[in-house]
Amino acid sequence: MKYVIKKIGTLIITLLIVSFLSFLAFSIIPGDAARSKLGTEATEEQVRALQKELGLDKPVLVQYGIWLKNFVTGDMGESYSYSMPVSEMLKNKIPITIALTIMAFVIILLVSVPVGIFTAQHVGKKLDHIIMILNQVIMSVPGFFIGILITYIFGLILRWFTPGAYVSISENFWGFLRYLIAPAIAIALPRCAMGVKMLRNSVISQMEMDYVRTASARGNGKQRIMYRHVLKNAIIPVITFWGMTIADIVANSIIIEQVFTIPGMGSLLVTSISNRDYPVVQGIIVLVAALVVVINFVVDLLYGKIDPRISLR
Amino acid sequence: MKKRQKNYSLILGASIAIFMLLLLLIGTFYTPYDPDAMDAGAKFAAPSLAHIFGCDHFGRDVFSRVLKGTGNTFFVASLTILLGGGIGILTGAFTGYFGGWIDEILMRINDVVVSFPNILLALVFISILGPGKNNVIFALAIVFIPSFARITRSEFLRQREMDYVKSARLMGVPHLRIMFVHIFPNVLPSIFSMAAIGFNNAVLAEAGMSYLGIGVQPPDASLGRMLSEAQTYLMKAPWAAVFPGIAVILLALGFSLLSDGLLKKGGK
Repeated sequence: MKYVIKKIGTLIITLLIVSFLSFLAFSIIPGDAARSKLGTEATEEQVRALQKELGLDKPVLVQYGIWLKNFVTGDMGESYSYSMPVSEMLKNKIPITIALTIMAFVIILLVSVPVGIFTAQHVGKKLDHIIMILNQVIMSVPGFFIGILITYIFGLILRWFTPGAYVSISENFWGFLRYLIAPAIAIALPRCAMGVKMLRNSVISQMEMDYVRTASARGNGKQRIMYRHVLKNAIIPVITFWGMTIADIVANSIIIEQVFTIPGMGSLLVTSISNRDYPVVQGIIVLVAALVVVINFVVDLLYGKIDPRISLR
Repeated sequence: MKKRQKNYSLILGASIAIFMLLLLLIGTFYTPYDPDAMDAGAKFAAPSLAHIFGCDHFGRDVFSRVLKGTGNTFFVASLTILLGGGIGILTGAFTGYFGGWIDEILMRINDVVVSFPNILLALVFISILGPGKNNVIFALAIVFIPSFARITRSEFLRQREMDYVKSARLMGVPHLRIMFVHIFPNVLPSIFSMAAIGFNNAVLAEAGMSYLGIGVQPPDASLGRMLSEAQTYLMKAPWAAVFPGIAVILLALGFSLLSDGLLKKGGK
């Protein structure tokens, strides 16, 4: 319990630091919000009045407090280019990114766990070599190139799906999920390869431990040792990797969404960066950052569950 | 007893890396065509003896553009590693060797930063600095500092406790000399391997950002940008996408194998 409380403390502090840093980053940008909102025609008085209204004349820490309070209550400011509340713009985008992330993550788990265990059980055999070489190559392929290849082979030549024909979630839920399969695979493949490598190395290093020999000497079968003893220990470093993978998927979906023209958070982020629409950029970045921090928190908790020694420290 | 195996990763990785470096060297001095020259007659020309990689939607020679684009990607990635790696290694060396509260604070910040995906952090900096080649180098370099600092720090922390450092200290060797003359050569293998994997990440990140259109700006050729342009004409000219893609893969693969091989050679 003490462990959980300590971790919650760390979570809150990290969230505060991260949000403050992202707030600071966007408040030191040259040119201020009031001026860019009013345009070049505005008089000094108008600018000052708006600065006062937006609270830009207050000290940074006070501004941060106000911003944080607004952010937590769902007010993320207003987009410069669309004059629309940022939260309104993000509301429809978030489910898309979440669906894509979950799908990609499930694919990674479904592929990398069995393949990782298989290669670890067959170290040095021919099939292991082939899989590991393939693995190394896939790890170096950028996700968006896999996306382009999938579009070309399965979209244009085999016509299994229509590239660019995105179906919105409200229109047709199954169609929406179907369209996300290809991008999810494109994101998942390089990370599957990394996952296989991680799990394989972890299992191999566990297999050399004394407890495995002991278990085997006591007459336990190979399968039983693997699933009852080895995996429990081998999975610990891999969980960290999975946690980082989720954050990585969200970040990479920014690029993959462009490949498959999915109107998710990523596309919005890219256009907002080009338009210098800072409130939108800030909103997305802080949301994703918070997600990363929360995932790390969950991973830490899982750690304590799987390996009780950690929570005693 | 473990059988000594040939270090295939090192051999293969080094060969691919050298091959790409050669291509790149050739590309800086000679390209079969001007990479930006448009030839309306050769629009979407398929790979042939005249254009071995074919032509794109403007009739530009894909092979020449791949050569130039590889050069650009390599340039961005190496500068990123030099800059980010250099600062990271120095920070890690000092904090690891001297320790203290600065080390504590820096490492706490590091822990937070490392858990964020590269691309996302780089995008934050790009959105503040604005798009462009130099800004991408700068953003990526900042993003890469923590991982270099972390590994260098842990190496220095370990070496600091070793006997050779203690005896050097007793003989009155100054700290800076111990750090860079005595310890540094011992941590070089892990630094090289780290640089290689960092290079791999930098190549992928640069390609991704150029693909999004916020990296290297036209008219400069860049592999990521070529991919995003070719995507529109995928049906008509798949070669305009495939070859730049292969170039990215080879660049990244060569250096990731190299990193693996160096790690194996270092006995870890």
